[in-house]
Amino acid sequence: MSKHFWTALRMTAISVVIFGFCYPIAIWGIGRAAFSWQSSGSYVRVGDRIVGSAIVGQLWRGARYFHGRPSAAGKEGYDPTATGGSNLGPDSKILLAREVRSIARLQRSNPTVGTPPVDLVTDSGSGIDPDISPADARYQAPRVAAARKLALDRVLALISKETHGRTLGILGEPRINVLALNLALDRLR
Amino acid sequence: MSLTGWLQAALVFGALLALTKPLGSYMFAVFTGRRTRLSPVLAPVEAAIYRLGGVGVDDEMSWQRYTFAMLAFSAISFFYLFVLLLVQGWLPLNPQHFPNLSPGLAWNTAISFLTNTNWQFYAGESTLSYLSQMAGLAWHNFVSAGVGIAIAIAVVRGITAKTATTLGSFWVDLTRACLYVLLPISAALAIVYVAQGIPQNFTPYRTVATISGGRQTITGGPMASQEAIKDLGTNGGGFVNANSASPNENPTPLTNVLEVLSILLIGASLTYTYGKMAGDTGQGWALFAAMSVLFVIGFGVMYHAEAAGNPLLHHLGVRGGNMVGKESRFGIAGSALFDEASTATSCGAVNAMLDSFMPLGGLVAMVNLQLGEVVFGGVGSGLYGMLEFVVLTVFIAGLMVGRTPELLGKKIERREVQLALLAFLVTPLMVLVPTAIAVLIPAGTATLGNSGPHGFSEILYAFTSANANNGSAFAGLGDNRFFNISTGIVMFFGRFFMAIPLLALAGSLAEKKKVVAGRGTFSTSSTTFVVLLIGTILIVGALTFLPVDALGPIADHYLLHSGRTF
Repeated sequence: MSKHFWTALRMTAISVVIFGFCYPIAIWGIGRAAFSWQSSGSYVRVGDRIVGSAIVGQLWRGARYFHGRPSAAGKEGYDPTATGGSNLGPDSKILLAREVRSIARLQRSNPTVGTPPVDLVTDSGSGIDPDISPADARYQAPRVAAARKLALDRVLALISKETHGRTLGILGEPRINVLALNLALDRLR
Repeated sequence: MSLTGWLQAALVFGALLALTKPLGSYMFAVFTGRRTRLSPVLAPVEAAIYRLGGVGVDDEMSWQRYTFAMLAFSAISFFYLFVLLLVQGWLPLNPQHFPNLSPGLAWNTAISFLTNTNWQFYAGESTLSYLSQMAGLAWHNFVSAGVGIAIAIAVVRGITAKTATTLGSFWVDLTRACLYVLLPISAALAIVYVAQGIPQNFTPYRTVATISGGRQTITGGPMASQEAIKDLGTNGGGFVNANSASPNENPTPLTNVLEVLSILLIGASLTYTYGKMAGDTGQGWALFAAMSVLFVIGFGVMYHAEAAGNPLLHHLGVRGGNMVGKESRFGIAGSALFDEASTATSCGAVNAMLDSFMPLGGLVAMVNLQLGEVVFGGVGSGLYGMLEFVVLTVFIAGLMVGRTPELLGKKIERREVQLALLAFLVTPLMVLVPTAIAVLIPAGTATLGNSGPHGFSEILYAFTSANANNGSAFAGLGDNRFFNISTGIVMFFGRFFMAIPLLALAGSLAEKKKVVAGRGTFSTSSTTFVVLLIGTILIVGALTFLPVDALGPIADHYLLHSGRTF
């Protein structure tokens, strides 16, 4: 019996070295050499200022920008240090009240376009969902176009340009990275 | 539901089917000591491990010694992680200066990783240092998965041996599982994950000023390496709280399907390894077929429930499926596929929040766990759980025709059936009793995130998941001392009181002589057997859990559709 414990102790030490240190450090080395932008966090720069990460959604304010989905991450939402969903069930009074408020708010800020698409009134799983669906973007397009005094067609064309289709035609859903879309919007003249 | 959604699932399933034979054969070679393509690189490392660890390659163990070695290793690895978490604040690789964990949370997390459950009462991005993540959790992901595979291989040796008193060496099986199976596949996946955008760094979190005038703290860490083994080892404990819903762990639709595939991969391939060790690959394919049928049914029901959406939201004029707790890039099909795979196996990672699923979607997840996670299952635990049902099935079939039941030429007698039932009975005992206690005491209902039947589902799911060593949650349930301790105990029993009876069963079968199959022998590779096996799994699971499920998700479903809210 004591021999088993002695072996267990040694095997623990050896395996910690191999799987706990060598493995992650090797992947880190390969990542830095081959995919240094991704491995360091996919930071997006405007000029030499970092404005976010391409894979992490953020909170958008104002009518001039496209907004992401409701978020339950952190107090204000979109906090990567407190990821998660609301975890409210479909028959939750709190959830329903939130959805009613979201719908009212969206209809107030986008008065010309009827009821919002489902993604815009439901909170994501991570709370830092970086994407919206093409329908979400089209819903917000008249507001953004009006706030920026742009022709609606130009905004819609930009949305089409920024839409990523399903990978290989069947994986996932068509989506638009909100940060990329808003940066492209800022570059429009 | 859409055609593309089904095509996505079909693509993953096709890839799984294509990989089962090659990986199954490879594992057969690894665990029978044959040379493999990776031997030139890994054999010297393996030899060095044995030399440093003081392990004899030919040290054959009886089932009792095998169990002792497994328990000794489990005890040491538990204490190692427990202590590491208690002192992480004083150790390096902690750029966020996270403090030591509380003893209750450290105990729960250490048991949870020891038992391959990976229940997440901890929130990684705001609690754990990089050192705790990589040298604690990720290391446990390797070895607890390795232990699972080792036990499965030992059980299969017992069932398939001609006449033997030993089941192999635990240390050799563990080393080979981690080194030859888990490490190379994880490394390959991790590199793809980095390329797809999962971070792999040791830098501190960075706070940036956003364009529209906010501030955001972006997290980091060695995530890609941990993500790969988290899924492959069916551990499921996330680097971050939101697990695979977070774009940090699962940034693209491609990583999503790779994660799904890797969750299912080893469990599926082990069925082929089993067939090869039995000398009849039909035996393995029969198990694969039964698993596949249950998987497709589960996915179909879950996908349908989520795609149908929430009637309360439809009344407000918002059409579409249930997107609460789901990510845009995966949609409903990609979320149902991931969460079905993760609850059918013992993984428990999620890319969409189960607590916010429709009642019937959540029910599928719960039933997956209640059936004992035999649908591809955990790495190793899925196969030995399925073999427990195989023993019960041949026993029931034997009773029907009045013959002594046999499995691969070995007579299934009183002792074997007792042991299989013992392993089975842990499940209702460890799920129903603690659930009943929790609803009776204030501490058990103090941290609910929802009320009404959905709140009951949160408690039921917690103990079901802990017992099944799954680790997924109806995560609205918060932690407190009661849940930290009680789920810890349930996880422990769920793991070891299933594994030990099965090792005993294997030891008992190993010693039996093989009898030659005659005309009256019931074939365990026939379609009839597959149907009977599925029937046994469903009936045993339904008899045990249907009443309690009726109080939770089923009541929830009917009340929701009659317009009730809580």
